[in-house]
Amino acid sequence: MPDKRDVTLAVNGKTYAVSVEPRRSLADVLRDDCGLTGTHLGCEHGVCGACTVLVNEKPVRACLMFGVQAEGKTVRTVEGLADGDTLHPLQQAFWENHGLQCGFCTPGFLMLAAGALQENPDMTDDDIKDVLSSNLCRCTGYQNIVKAVRLAAREMRARARI
Amino acid sequence: MKAAAFDYLRPADLGEALALLATHKDDCKILAGGQSLVPAMNFRLARPAILVDINDLNELDYLRADADHLKIGALTRHAAFHRPVVEGPLGTLLAKVVRYIAHYPIRQRGTFAGSLSHADPASEWCLVAATLRAEMLAKSVRGERVIAAGDFFHGTFTTALEPDEVLAEIRLPAMAPDWRVGFYEFSRRAGDFALGMAVAAARVEEGTIREARLGVGGVADRAIRLGTLEDQLVGKPASSALIDGIAREARGMIEPNGDIHASPEYRRDLIATSVKRALTEALA
Repeated sequence: MPDKRDVTLAVNGKTYAVSVEPRRSLADVLRDDCGLTGTHLGCEHGVCGACTVLVNEKPVRACLMFGVQAEGKTVRTVEGLADGDTLHPLQQAFWENHGLQCGFCTPGFLMLAAGALQENPDMTDDDIKDVLSSNLCRCTGYQNIVKAVRLAAREMRARARI
Repeated sequence: MKAAAFDYLRPADLGEALALLATHKDDCKILAGGQSLVPAMNFRLARPAILVDINDLNELDYLRADADHLKIGALTRHAAFHRPVVEGPLGTLLAKVVRYIAHYPIRQRGTFAGSLSHADPASEWCLVAATLRAEMLAKSVRGERVIAAGDFFHGTFTTALEPDEVLAEIRLPAMAPDWRVGFYEFSRRAGDFALGMAVAAARVEEGTIREARLGVGGVADRAIRLGTLEDQLVGKPASSALIDGIAREARGMIEPNGDIHASPEYRRDLIATSVKRALTEALA
């Protein structure tokens, strides 16, 4: 059994020093070693997108990266989205537009949309659907997720203009 | 659904990486984007003893265009192609094709060279490389060699790369501005593996096809360049009758594989449809 490695992770602006086996996925390291259980695991092979987090501000599957690979990179999880008690515009929009029911897939969708909107704040509906097609939701039928992302993008653009 | 134990090595530069590959050969696998390797490890279909993580090798993260080639370094991610990386038809084609590769987050990690090294029969980049006659630059401690696309792909998940080699660079031939390109892919859902796809490119002068490129993927153990059909296109006026004839011929030339997703007969129809739609786009 290969030894554990000491890894320093920068997650949501905080530093976490953990000791993990190389085979441990970034998702498991975040949940079990950093105690950040907002990142959910569905399929564990890159299909469902529930574990999507931002690594160096890009949305990636945390089940398809090993925790040791995140050394030297910045990670953002759903816990880092809100500003204190103030919800991120995406979180607010999901809430107001019924963009979730059971909520299991929601952290992944939020981080996916947050990363994609950083790359392109002016996504068309087709762009939004293309991006969101990468994550699975079994409750909503997706329409309200698309709507929430569309409205959040509008809100974020309006704030950026102020 | 957790990977088996492995030893993790993270070289700082290419020289160090090549030395590790030379030492560990078949015991190690290169970890680049990991978007195919890690799922296989999570399923324990792959159990490499050692992973050599090349993600710190910034020297391999580049796109360079000169008069003859677009050179793609081994760490270039799929997402780099979301916007055209070169002016003209080649950049247009790559930006069109990249949208069909898995999904947005996968494209942020997965690499062009990783797709080619993995050699999945349904890989869009493998089809592009085979059809456009790419050259692969393989490096090892023994030196470097250039492998033509026609010699590179040996079959499902199998390439000409030796265990101590890394695919360091892919060279796609430059395309003059008067080339026109087309791509068509069919899959059940957005982001799924292609059940059939085709790439077409043509240079047309005054209504007559002067040069052509045509290939199909997702239907056999590797992407297939249809060289004889390219020859048949050259010298002829572009017309829908010509396209229909070429699509019919392509349908009969390939013995497609069958699996749970599509029967050989269904794939034969997809070959004809994909070729027709890709060619129609290129010759429009």
